[in-house]
Amino acid sequence: MSPLRNLRSWLDERLSWDELVAPLRKKTVPLHRLSYWYFLGGITLFLFVIQVVTGILLLLYYRSGANEAFESVQYIMTQVKFGWLIRSIHSWSANLMIFTAFAHMFSVLFLKAYRKPRELTWVSGVILLFLVMGFGFSGYLLPWNTLAFFATKVGTEITGQVPILGKPMMIFLRGGEEVTGATLTRFFGFHVAVLPGLATVLILLHLLLVQRLGMSIPPKLEVEWTANPSARREMKFFPNFLLRELMAWYVGLGVLGALAAVFPWNLGVKADPFVAAPAGIKPEWYFLFMFQTLKLIPPKVWLIDGEVLGVLAFGLVGLLWLLLPFFESDQPSRTKRWITGFAVFALAYVAGMSVYGHLAK
Amino acid sequence: MPTNSRGMASAGNPPPIARRRFVEVLLGSGFVATAVAFLYPVLRYLVPPKAPDLGSDAVVAGRVGELKPNSGKVFRFGNHPGLLIRTSSGEYRAMSATCTHLSCTVQYRDDLRQVWCACHNGKYDLNGRNIAGPPPRPLENFEVQVRGDEIFVRRRLEA
Amino acid sequence: MAILRNNLRLYGAARYFGLAYVVLAACLGFGQTKNSCLDCHSVLPDALGVSQETFSQDIHAQKGLTCTSCHGGDATSDDPDKAMSRKAGWKGKIDRKQIPQLCGTCHSDPAYIRQFNPSLRTDQLGQYRTSVHGKRLAAGDTKVAVCTDCHSVHDLRAPSDPRSTVNPVNVASTCSRCHSDAGYMKGYSIPTDQFAKYSTSVHYQALAVRGDLSAPTCTTCHGNHGAAPPGVDRVQNVCSNCHTFQAQMYEKSSHKAAFQRASLPGCVVCHSNHGIIHPTDAKLGTGPDAVCMQCHTPGDACDQARAGLLSSLKRLDEAVKSADQVLGVAESSGMEVSEARLGQDQARDSLTKARVTIHSFRTDLVDQDIQAGLKIAAKDLQAGKEAMVERNYRRVGLGISLIAIGIALAGLWLYIRKIES
Repeated sequence: MSPLRNLRSWLDERLSWDELVAPLRKKTVPLHRLSYWYFLGGITLFLFVIQVVTGILLLLYYRSGANEAFESVQYIMTQVKFGWLIRSIHSWSANLMIFTAFAHMFSVLFLKAYRKPRELTWVSGVILLFLVMGFGFSGYLLPWNTLAFFATKVGTEITGQVPILGKPMMIFLRGGEEVTGATLTRFFGFHVAVLPGLATVLILLHLLLVQRLGMSIPPKLEVEWTANPSARREMKFFPNFLLRELMAWYVGLGVLGALAAVFPWNLGVKADPFVAAPAGIKPEWYFLFMFQTLKLIPPKVWLIDGEVLGVLAFGLVGLLWLLLPFFESDQPSRTKRWITGFAVFALAYVAGMSVYGHLAK
Repeated sequence: MPTNSRGMASAGNPPPIARRRFVEVLLGSGFVATAVAFLYPVLRYLVPPKAPDLGSDAVVAGRVGELKPNSGKVFRFGNHPGLLIRTSSGEYRAMSATCTHLSCTVQYRDDLRQVWCACHNGKYDLNGRNIAGPPPRPLENFEVQVRGDEIFVRRRLEA
Repeated sequence: MAILRNNLRLYGAARYFGLAYVVLAACLGFGQTKNSCLDCHSVLPDALGVSQETFSQDIHAQKGLTCTSCHGGDATSDDPDKAMSRKAGWKGKIDRKQIPQLCGTCHSDPAYIRQFNPSLRTDQLGQYRTSVHGKRLAAGDTKVAVCTDCHSVHDLRAPSDPRSTVNPVNVASTCSRCHSDAGYMKGYSIPTDQFAKYSTSVHYQALAVRGDLSAPTCTTCHGNHGAAPPGVDRVQNVCSNCHTFQAQMYEKSSHKAAFQRASLPGCVVCHSNHGIIHPTDAKLGTGPDAVCMQCHTPGDACDQARAGLLSSLKRLDEAVKSADQVLGVAESSGMEVSEARLGQDQARDSLTKARVTIHSFRTDLVDQDIQAGLKIAAKDLQAGKEAMVERNYRRVGLGISLIAIGIALAGLWLYIRKIES
């Protein structure tokens, strides 16, 4: 124990360590029936760390470029010891992270944790969700297989539907008129440099805000607890809550390992721009609800092109979503019911459309 | 009560109670075992494999002097066969060796001075263009570079 | 004929004014020289009717030829009597017997044809005269095919046009119009089931189903203008145009001389002619699809060689299949075996090559291909088995990791309980 003690006092003298961790010690987590939803943010963070670690490991062997990307991923999957594990964990963890990020967002929405003074936490979180989807979209192309190639083609095509800005945006994303090796180079850059940088800054901001503002209490409970302070229950963040979170992370690791070992992420067939698109090409599941909506909108709505209308509508909904806290009342007793209704509808819509999109041909 | 959970792993302290010691040992061995389970694959991953990286976009198709003028050989180009030809004037040409008709492997015929597919008598010229028989498309033409003693073949960059 | 012409005149006069503006509009619209033939023939019923629209699709119309180029007469005159007078060179309906000669006036004249398409052949008439059709026509049989029967008339298109009756995909049905009509072919001592048989063949599959325009149709083996059966001892020359290897081996084999002596038609003896289906190894067997034992005696040296060849092919086929099966299981449990899959293609190539080498009827040559294939298939099978070992290794590794995680979880849980008690 003594060497550790020495190290601690050594650090304390130089970094005032105790002062740094003091807020962590003071931090508490409200204890109630819905407390377990507080774990989701931490799990998402954990999966992000897994992504960073496995991502860096993949960079040791991955090479971008239309002639090499597929072969290098194939090399990782076949020749490099445990390459299959690292890549499969990276792919599975990416999907789980997007899922937990969505779940985290909806839990915050239903528990009304975005209320004043946590508007900025919400805004940074929603931007992080967009970034995570950007990670998914750019990372999907990197193995340069047929499915990824055509999903990217369709995805960037949809971007091109935005009036005025769409075409230049599409050309910017593709690095030209078509999806080519130039697109791959760009997406690689976005995936390993631009997005990680942005995401890291935003995650730090997000965590700082959570730290400064403490854990939110659902409005009903807040009213109750304010009226009767003796009913208040809470748990120390450190170590009690953190140890529980650690258990959740271990479970997460076990799930990831099992998924990677039993269902290794497959490699697909190398992309060939000159073959016909395979029938029923679909984006990754987290884009399905948007994709399916765009498919269902008739080609012409009144005078406007249906797809343009859909893209604009999603843009508008996204913006509203980002600004949602600013529509909420700051009194816990007078929270807006319509926002809950909206959230229920949004969840049902996303879930329903995703399932429909998955089953549709 | 120690707040530092890592402290539990070190067995230096004599435990006051047997039960407490059991928990500490369990937790400590759990941490060590998982750390080994995670680090082992990562360390193995870091060691570069012996097998050469087949992702390279250029392969050595042969050596200078290996081919006589007016002859050809099939070499491995990634996952597919390629055909390296030395023309009667001594020039090197390379193209895909997979016939565009029914995917048989083509060969160089020194008597015809053409690329020939044995399956249905398809013929290509030395640029890979389909000139006779069933093949519907030309063979993909590769770039050849002679560097020192080795003949490198690579895909042509996208136009 | 005279009555018809009078009726036409009346008909023409009655419609003269009504049609005048239509014709005028047409002339102004298309800027063509006057063609009075179409005034009547575009509205006449089928046998005599040719619409402007139909004829404009005809390659001859597109090259500037008109009705009078073949039929003679004077298209500038509105008077049917003058336009269709013998004095103006009008020939009327061309007699079937004259059609090849008439077409030949231009198509056998290289100097004339060169103006339109310098590489177009001009030997069709000469070839036609050597064909069964041509010979019979010369002998007075007008039921046989003349140029227009295959190429059609008034809407004749270039053979490269998919709508042409002589485009590769349409040739077989064009020939079958007569050759599958049992009533029409009565009196000729040839069967009428060629088209039905051809429709079941591997060549028809390639051409009509897969759209491979290089696949053979009737004319590929029989010739087009000089259409005739290839002749018993020349069959392999026809087949060898595409099936080069098989022909080379057959040429050197003992069967060639034997078939020639017995006047047997080469390739056709085993593969039939019109209904060639994809050959299977069963051809070498003793079952209903078997061919060898139709001539050979059971138990003789050839029969033993046959049995050896068959078992070699079967052995390689089974080796390839069992490697495929193991690789399939490995693949479906997520193992990456594309390298071995690539090898499997080579093993299958060896099998195909061995099947081709059968045409040499030499066990030693076939065995070379079989051994090469077996070697590759064994390597792939090994790779598949290794992949399965690797799969199990992964599962054991997973199990160990899960146990480690389980211990850590139990420790954490107990520890939490302890600090909170």
